Amino acid sequence: MDLYLPIANLSVNALVIVALGFGVGLLSGMFGVGGGFLTTPLLIFYGIPPTVAAASAASQVTGASVSGVLAHFRRGGVDLHMGAVLVVGGVIGSIAGAGLFTLLRKSGQIDVVIGVLYVLMLGSIGGLMLHESIQAIRVTRGARPPRPRKRRHHPLVAMLPLRWRFYSSGLYISPLAPLLLGFFTGILTVLLGVGGGFILVPAMLYLLGMGTQVVVGTSLFQILFVTAAATMVHATTTKAVDIVLAALLLLGSVVGAQMGARFALAVKPEYLRFILAVIVLLVAVRMLLGLAWQPDEIYSVELL
Amino acid sequence: MRRLLLLALAPLLMGQAKPVLVPDVSQRDIEIAYSFTGAELLLFGAILYPGGRTPGQGEKPADIVVVVKGPTQSVQVREKEKVAGIWVNAQRMRYRSAPSFYAIASSRPIDQIVDERTRAIYELGVDSLQLSPASGAAPEVQARFDKGLEDLRARTGLYYQAPGAVEITDGVLYRARLAIPARVPIGKFTAETFLIRDGRVLAAAVRGIEIRKSGFERFVAHSAEHYSVIYGIVAVALSILFGWGAGAVWKRF
Repeated sequence: MDLYLPIANLSVNALVIVALGFGVGLLSGMFGVGGGFLTTPLLIFYGIPPTVAAASAASQVTGASVSGVLAHFRRGGVDLHMGAVLVVGGVIGSIAGAGLFTLLRKSGQIDVVIGVLYVLMLGSIGGLMLHESIQAIRVTRGARPPRPRKRRHHPLVAMLPLRWRFYSSGLYISPLAPLLLGFFTGILTVLLGVGGGFILVPAMLYLLGMGTQVVVGTSLFQILFVTAAATMVHATTTKAVDIVLAALLLLGSVVGAQMGARFALAVKPEYLRFILAVIVLLVAVRMLLGLAWQPDEIYSVELL
Repeated sequence: MRRLLLLALAPLLMGQAKPVLVPDVSQRDIEIAYSFTGAELLLFGAILYPGGRTPGQGEKPADIVVVVKGPTQSVQVREKEKVAGIWVNAQRMRYRSAPSFYAIASSRPIDQIVDERTRAIYELGVDSLQLSPASGAAPEVQARFDKGLEDLRARTGLYYQAPGAVEITDGVLYRARLAIPARVPIGKFTAETFLIRDGRVLAAAVRGIEIRKSGFERFVAHSAEHYSVIYGIVAVALSILFGWGAGAVWKRF
């Protein structure tokens, strides 16, 4: 079933895009991540121009996070206070990201920067996650005693001035820390079309030291708003949001996300994290090879 | 008096000495709708020889060349180079007028029909395109970039040559089919037809073709360009609605 995408200016097989959305949605429901880190590279791989891919993937992440936010909100899993600070940082970050995006596109290095960022980010996060999940699996198998771990924020965070109380998170820290965190994920959202959940969640846990019961809900809250802001930023600056492409992706991903969430209940969380870590590392390796191998197209054309 | 009459008639008589082309295309407008996967253009027409005669047995048959061109674009071509183990964009070249689409069909391979110079004058053949580079560079560097641009566009089906695609019936009727790919840009296209014999262009004629987005596709592209804020809000609303709707529907099962 071929369908013409009015912004990407090419025709795609609608079923392939819906299936792609479904696959990513399944993973995002299972692991509680937005899945943008998979959508953007897969769309580029399919032949969608990188800018359109990044711009349209952001709106898919928005859709995927809505039902998650609602579910967490109902059972009090969202720290609105902390979330608001993160969102403010994220919106400023996405505007800064748009400036950076235009600058990089002008200099012609946007594709390389996207590639390198993906490799660095996915490589390090995937590596950490793999290590952590293997430890956890060994603990549950009784091979190793669990390491006691005190919940506390990073000393650098404690050094920041101006402390606020975040009651739901159980924290008394400077709002500058979550503001900066939000800022960086905002930049990443605009540049890469990712929600940034796989950076936010570990950062909230290990840098800020937030309570685990509010981490996932609050990160989804921030992702919802920041991806929406990123979609707006793309719509008004790069004008690369393809609403037909986004609708196809959403159609598949929202169904996939619901199924994934059910499936996740049946599997032990440490195994889920292990599988996710492997997927993240595979994407990173694929992107690295893409950077290092001689590309099919040495030349690229852009309209002036 | 007789001489004067001859002089007055001269343009007419000379005009009669040359054959005339009457070309047409199967579609003057190509509309891009949701199901657009490319189009096939039929370019056909007649060669009118002076006096209504047809080329005789002994005469060398004339050739027909049909060129379909898209609107010209100003483009920047970048060349990747391996720097510190990864491929990054290094050199670049600007072109003021590269055709966004170029297809050429001919009754024989084009290099057998005309010489290099005529090809350059009439832009016959992908390698004879006048790309008018805007940045001054050494000829060999420029040739490399020209080749890169042509290769890239050829791979997406935007530039191609179809030697032998023009069929000539009884020396007077011709027809050719040219494929328009789905990635085609919108705008005013031209279909040029050339009648060539002994390496000389005897007649030429042009027809315009308009390719545009229609209906919903035009509406979307137009809104994205001119009402970007509302377009963005709709895109965000759509994704929220989808996400919320799926959650609400799923709970009933």
